[in-house]
Amino acid sequence: MSIYSIAFLAFMALCGLVGAAFAVDSVFAFHSWLTVALSLGFLFWGIKNYTTEPADQSRYLDSVVRWGIIATIAWGLVGFLVGIIIATELAFPEVNLFRQMNFGRLRPLHTSAVIFAFGGNALIASSFYVVQRTTGARLALGNLAWFVFWGYQFFILLAASGYVLGVTQAKEYAEPEWYADIWLTIVWVAYLLVFLGTLYKRKEPHIFVANWFYLSFIVTVAMLHIVNNLNLPVSWFGTQSYPLFAGVQGALTQWWYGHNAVGFFLTAAFLGIMYYFVPKRANRPIYSYRLSIVHFWSLIFLYIWAGPHHLQYTALPDWAQTLGMVFSIMLWMPSWGGMINGLMTLQGAWDKIRTDPIIRMFVLSLAFYGMGTFEGPLMAIKEVNSLSHYTDWTIGHVHSAALGWNGMVTFAMVYYIVPKLWGKKEIYSLKWVGWHFWLATIGIVFYISAMWVSGIMQGVMWKSYNAAGFLEYSFAETVAAMFPYYLIRTLGGLLFFLGACLMAYNVYRTIVMTKEEESNIETVPA
Amino acid sequence: MFKHELIEKNATLLLVGSLIVVTIGGIVEIAPLFYLNSTIEKVAGMRPYTPLELKGREIYMREGCYNCHSQMIRPLRDEVERYGHYSLAAESMYDHPFQWGSKRTGPDLARVGGRYSDEWHVAHLTDPEALVPETVMPEYGFLSENELDYKLIEDTLKTNRLVGVPYTDAQISNAKMDLETQAELDGDNLDGFKERYKKASARDWDNNPNRISEMDALVAYLQMLGTLVDFDLYDANANRR
Repeated sequence: MSIYSIAFLAFMALCGLVGAAFAVDSVFAFHSWLTVALSLGFLFWGIKNYTTEPADQSRYLDSVVRWGIIATIAWGLVGFLVGIIIATELAFPEVNLFRQMNFGRLRPLHTSAVIFAFGGNALIASSFYVVQRTTGARLALGNLAWFVFWGYQFFILLAASGYVLGVTQAKEYAEPEWYADIWLTIVWVAYLLVFLGTLYKRKEPHIFVANWFYLSFIVTVAMLHIVNNLNLPVSWFGTQSYPLFAGVQGALTQWWYGHNAVGFFLTAAFLGIMYYFVPKRANRPIYSYRLSIVHFWSLIFLYIWAGPHHLQYTALPDWAQTLGMVFSIMLWMPSWGGMINGLMTLQGAWDKIRTDPIIRMFVLSLAFYGMGTFEGPLMAIKEVNSLSHYTDWTIGHVHSAALGWNGMVTFAMVYYIVPKLWGKKEIYSLKWVGWHFWLATIGIVFYISAMWVSGIMQGVMWKSYNAAGFLEYSFAETVAAMFPYYLIRTLGGLLFFLGACLMAYNVYRTIVMTKEEESNIETVPA
Repeated sequence: MFKHELIEKNATLLLVGSLIVVTIGGIVEIAPLFYLNSTIEKVAGMRPYTPLELKGREIYMREGCYNCHSQMIRPLRDEVERYGHYSLAAESMYDHPFQWGSKRTGPDLARVGGRYSDEWHVAHLTDPEALVPETVMPEYGFLSENELDYKLIEDTLKTNRLVGVPYTDAQISNAKMDLETQAELDGDNLDGFKERYKKASARDWDNNPNRISEMDALVAYLQMLGTLVDFDLYDANANRR
């Protein structure tokens, strides 16, 4: 650890102490003390491991990637488990045992844990892995990558503990309060510097396609995060803050942010994973370089416009709603550009779907990506949206894409990357990968079909009229009708979670695998 | 002729290029909302929240009510018949942040104000299943036991004024007194309070006159939702263009 890191940690500990001394509410005091404790912990560890010896530039910085993969799996398990809990709460409300466990506080914990903690760690770790291998250079700026990793975990800790203790900005997917947002901004700028710095150091003249997607993801998320979190705190030593924008302006800014968290966090960046790992695992070149250029620029240009489809028929002006709808439909083609490029990369290696469970996972993830990016534009059409909005159909749509695309592509990436990172021949058990594939797939099918039925049923029941011209159902009747589907949904989530547990064990066995075990494991026939 | 190779070999160009490409859509769609009549119209009846309602709103957000309840009635026949007049942009003009929501696990609350009695709200929040057997809502009885923390109420109003809510100097300097008045702990201030906040009502919301609880604040907030605009007087065509 360098002298700068030590100075920074000491400064952070001091900030925490000042925060704790002047805190106006208990959660702010708690978060201040947490800052003090963690800074001091890292400080002592850093002084013990103090070194001025420069790192060997001819080697990749992979230890931070290894930690990132472990964090991905751990947060994934947490996020999926909280998902099961809140799904159970909707079927059996008595599971809302105490205030910290109420649905309203746990739901943001679930969404943040899976998107930002599980997805975010997968993206940071995989981008660090990919950018080194495609540039032939070690990560830039010394140990800044380590700051990105631990700084990001600290952000997750602040956000997650805040939610259950009742600290939130009450904007979906942007719930962390102002001080956590400022911290994330610092971490994210460091992330951009490390990534861009490594690109500058590259030994290849061309920047590889995956890196375009990663880079546009990092820079766009920075823009979205800063603009949507322009908040003024009530006290500089308290948790509560008020955003700059209100009402209709706030709503569109929020969904411009929210939709592009999907567009850049969950789509563009995960396409970065796809563009490196699918060709590597299949041992085939990318299908069409020209297609990747066309679909990259059209995807990032069009995505930004689609936000208003979250606000169809609201008080947002009609022209903005229509723009959101039209651009969502146009977005269909560049989205499928990525799917086609990924699937067609298997040209000449289609047999691997049968022989290699990891390739099978990649293919399924691309299929779900294609399905999700078709369903999205469909739901953005105003007439469809008038039925689907506010219902479980939206939840089903999100999960078919998030579990099917983001989840599956991450699992496949993990199975590919773990043996490489820990210097093993192959994952401990490919058979278990096959089991994981089916557990997750069946879980997803249960989940999304239940939500399609309940969502459409809900929408139709709300709109039903009886012969006398009155609304047919009370709201409470429509709630009662959801019960069986909420049960099926919980079951689906449970299967998906079991698959992830199997993955965690498989990864653990791979890491601790002995030489003897390694010589006996099965590999994919060449 | 332009060659894409140029961008592929220059990380700075790639960075700047993609940043420019992703800014366009947001600027075109969001910037006009700050100038168009239909999104910044002033509608008679709209006023900033009273201090007690504002605290109630903070509790609404803290408990994540927006995860299950929308506050945005769409201009569709069934919604207008179920929930009331469709929501206007002006009705959330003082909402920092907006609470339109995106999911109706429970019903829309944009016009829930005045539909039920205070007693109903307290009983429902304490034990939802006792009143609505089909419900899946968690219990919020603990709000009655929690003393409302309003020591920063003046700063809260000031912060709101800084982000654009037109609180007057009198509203800010009387914030603490107005809050206590609305929860009926201080009766002498009633006329001043009513003058500062049109249509606001002062009473003991949670039926416990001994203290101001979080339940008081939340019920006061729920009971004013959607009640400010008088739709007999509202002219939908005034700002059409």
